[in-house]
Amino acid sequence: MDERREDGRPGDVDWRERRGADPSESREAPGGPPTEERQEPLHPAIEDDAEETRRLAETWAAPTGFVGWFTPVNQRIIGRRFIVTAFVYFVLAGLLGVAMRLQLAVPENDLLAPDIYNQFFTVHGTAMMFLFAIPVLEGFALFVVPMMIGTRDMAFPRLNAFGYYVYLIGSAIFFLMLVVGMAPKAGWFNYVPLAGKLYEPGIGVDIWTTMITFIEVSALTAAVELIVTILKLRAPGMTLNRMPVFVWASLVMAFMIVFAMPAIIVASSLLILDRLVGTGFFVPEMGGDPLLWQHLFWFFGHPEVYIVLVPALGIVSTIVTTFTQRSLFGYTAIVISIVATGFVSFGLWVHHMFATGLPHLGMSFFMAASAMIAIPNGVQVFCWIATMWGSRIRLATPMLYVLGFFWVFVMGGLTGVMVASIPFDLQVHDTYFLVAHFHYVLIGGSVMPVIGALYYWYPQLTGRMMNEVAGKISFALVFVGFNVAFFPMHQLGLDGMPRRVYTYLEESGWGDLNLLATIGAVVLAAGFATTMVNALASLRWGAKARRNPWDAETLEWATESPPPPYNHRHIPIVKSREPVWDWREMKERPVVTGLRSDRREVVVTSILDAEPQAVQVLPAPTIWPFLSAVAASVGFIGILFHPIFFVVSFFLAFFSFVGWFWPRRPWQED
Amino acid sequence: MIHRTAALSLVLLLAACSSEQAMTAPASEDAARVAGLWWAFLGFASFVFALVIGLVIAAMRTTFTEPAMPIETRRGWTLVIGGGVVLPLIAVVGLVGSGLWIGGVVARNEEPADLTVEVAGKRWWWEVIYRDADGEEIARTANEIVLPVGRTARVLLTSDNVIHSFWAPNLQGKTDMIPGRVNESRLTPARTGRFRGQCAEFCGVQHAYMAFVVEVIEADAFDAWLARQARPRTVPADPLLRRGLAVFLEADCGTCHAIRGTPAEGEMGPDLTHLAARETLAAGTIPNTKGHLAGWIGDPQKVKPGVLMPATALEPDDQEALLAYLTSLR
Repeated sequence: MDERREDGRPGDVDWRERRGADPSESREAPGGPPTEERQEPLHPAIEDDAEETRRLAETWAAPTGFVGWFTPVNQRIIGRRFIVTAFVYFVLAGLLGVAMRLQLAVPENDLLAPDIYNQFFTVHGTAMMFLFAIPVLEGFALFVVPMMIGTRDMAFPRLNAFGYYVYLIGSAIFFLMLVVGMAPKAGWFNYVPLAGKLYEPGIGVDIWTTMITFIEVSALTAAVELIVTILKLRAPGMTLNRMPVFVWASLVMAFMIVFAMPAIIVASSLLILDRLVGTGFFVPEMGGDPLLWQHLFWFFGHPEVYIVLVPALGIVSTIVTTFTQRSLFGYTAIVISIVATGFVSFGLWVHHMFATGLPHLGMSFFMAASAMIAIPNGVQVFCWIATMWGSRIRLATPMLYVLGFFWVFVMGGLTGVMVASIPFDLQVHDTYFLVAHFHYVLIGGSVMPVIGALYYWYPQLTGRMMNEVAGKISFALVFVGFNVAFFPMHQLGLDGMPRRVYTYLEESGWGDLNLLATIGAVVLAAGFATTMVNALASLRWGAKARRNPWDAETLEWATESPPPPYNHRHIPIVKSREPVWDWREMKERPVVTGLRSDRREVVVTSILDAEPQAVQVLPAPTIWPFLSAVAASVGFIGILFHPIFFVVSFFLAFFSFVGWFWPRRPWQED
Repeated sequence: MIHRTAALSLVLLLAACSSEQAMTAPASEDAARVAGLWWAFLGFASFVFALVIGLVIAAMRTTFTEPAMPIETRRGWTLVIGGGVVLPLIAVVGLVGSGLWIGGVVARNEEPADLTVEVAGKRWWWEVIYRDADGEEIARTANEIVLPVGRTARVLLTSDNVIHSFWAPNLQGKTDMIPGRVNESRLTPARTGRFRGQCAEFCGVQHAYMAFVVEVIEADAFDAWLARQARPRTVPADPLLRRGLAVFLEADCGTCHAIRGTPAEGEMGPDLTHLAARETLAAGTIPNTKGHLAGWIGDPQKVKPGVLMPATALEPDDQEALLAYLTSLR
């Protein structure tokens, strides 16, 4: 397969014959050749009626203007908004992290008062998990998956829009609390009784539980969307065993959200009841149990780690395939590993609670299960190595981030296996060893692939390429900065430094390594900042992307960059796992015909074999999801101040839902 | 058995010259086992890490030079099964086995304990109560736990407020202190010394400065120490000290603090009956000297922001008398 790269002729007009040419060579400067030359016809055999194409674009177009901002339902627009909003929180929460590192740089520092520091680490953790990691991966899934499976939108476009507005409102209010100094300060895990009304009398924890509710609703809508879309809207011929690995990963993530989120919904509801109504679910004096919170929280909290890890591993599979120009080695093994990870991740939560004094024998089960998770992850790592073996890898930025991922994630995985051991965990639990461990897992396993994905899918997001030089500088800074920042923390933990301390005594001897970690954190931040600036600058100055700039194999590249509103001009019929690579050899390219261009139609196919079953008509842009999100927010936020808002919100939501679901005759009847 | 003891004593010997708050410097057999576990983990993990990174580099060797050569399917599967299944499986078996064994030894608590100490997590300090075999209180102190070397102490861990976690890494892994529960930890120090411990569960604004010291001394010295701690105070004869006690009571210190044998019987704050015998103040935050004590009483927020103790402004003479009295409480 690699000889394809050899005879790549930059600037080839016939896209089907270009084989693995390096995009950097063929990249045109802005204002270079006109669009028609850059984006070759996709379906040369089919006579595309220009009038038909125009009508299709008109049907699927998103509204513009100020009011128009609140109404689009197209999956790519919603997905892009999720990604952009999540990155905004990534930057904000990252700045909080840097502030905390500055406070810890020297012993007995007074840069941040303890109350402020505690708010910062609470918001940093909460925002990175709930406002960045989950939404950004949902965002990539919403953006990429429908194009990848060859359809034109999600199964429930309006629900999609609703999920975004709910996320936006909830997260914005949560961050505003930090600005007014009323953010929660009981940690992102909010252990009771510390998070109870007695010890946290302010409104911070109330806002936290409310924000959790918002994010749950948003994540559940995205999960339902993804499950139905992936199972029912795949292009004809894309049987389950031809589904791209990233789609599998998104599917597993969606199912995990569906099963994990109810636990945190219950937990946060019980907590808000304890706080607002005076129930005693977690109050020992009233017959409650503080450990109940921990069980519920971690029953969600552990799968959560894999919710943000599994799709990121899917990204790694995607990037490895594309940049080696090879079929993924052990596709079936990888898919089974992903599904197994999803299952096993629900049997691990007690390993966050080894120190709570539960019976040793009972905890042993969780020790074994926690260690077992190494197997599916190990299988994936070695499948990627086997894929890469003896290939000529294109070392562009997305692939560099994946190579960095190997280094960082494997180390995080190894310390993860260590902390599965109960006696060892009792020593390092809640110390900086753990801080090092989970940053290795989350930044290595999730953030680095996500940054890689940003570089990788940027052409489909914006129609331009991100700057490669800046990308490589960014990777170097991130990789070096990350290791300098977090590797010393292992030693700090072994030396007895606990987590969540705003300062430490000079005599502790932790000063030197902390200073080193702070220097690393600043370098790391500079690396991420380079990528963020690169992403913003490339919007305007980035080179225009040609079609399929990375020569990838999946269907999201089988259209223009950026894709037109309808994603695919013709719905393709899929015959293998790498449809776009097949087309390099095939002159014939079967497509679905008969879809109307004057309304939003998608093909519904069967779950296993993707045989066409029906045509679904999707709804057009509308303001109702936004109004419904506002109505729900009025209730969720207002109830913290007065119970009447429950009633107000009930009626508001009722009317907005009526408006949302009002039968629209014209598009149903004809 | 002899071999094991030898290995343990070697680890203990190495530890003696290291810092006083580190799991890698064990001062008990339990901690030494876990420290040994850590070195084994480190060795195995380093091997696996080097292997994986080496394979990634080997996989990429053709990128710049040689013609590409995809891996044969058979060899590929050998790699995946060997590295992705067999290797983790070995790790899992070793880890679970060692975890069960060490965890079991620690959890089984076969020998009856020689003494019982109740440690209660407060915001943000530690109350330490020595109890006899019947559970009756012998002595009460704070933030400093004195233990006899070679004897097993049963430590009962409680909290009446938020969750704390009791952790002296040189001696034992951590155990949470959860309201409504009594957890148990066992400390069997194998060498004398001062070992620092710290709260390991986030417990509010001053989680950072919630430390304690475990002082391990010879058994005879311990018995004498405990007998001294058990003794209540009498009204001092010296007029300055007598005035100091009066200042203590007038300033309402007794509402929160107890000095056994005097009218001060408060339970909110640490028991001060033998305050001068402790080496630190404010839960391991500052040394227990007269100057620090004066600063602490005058403005506790400056030393430990968020602390629940109110500031007490005193006339210079009163302050002098109070300090003289408090520093006499040996």
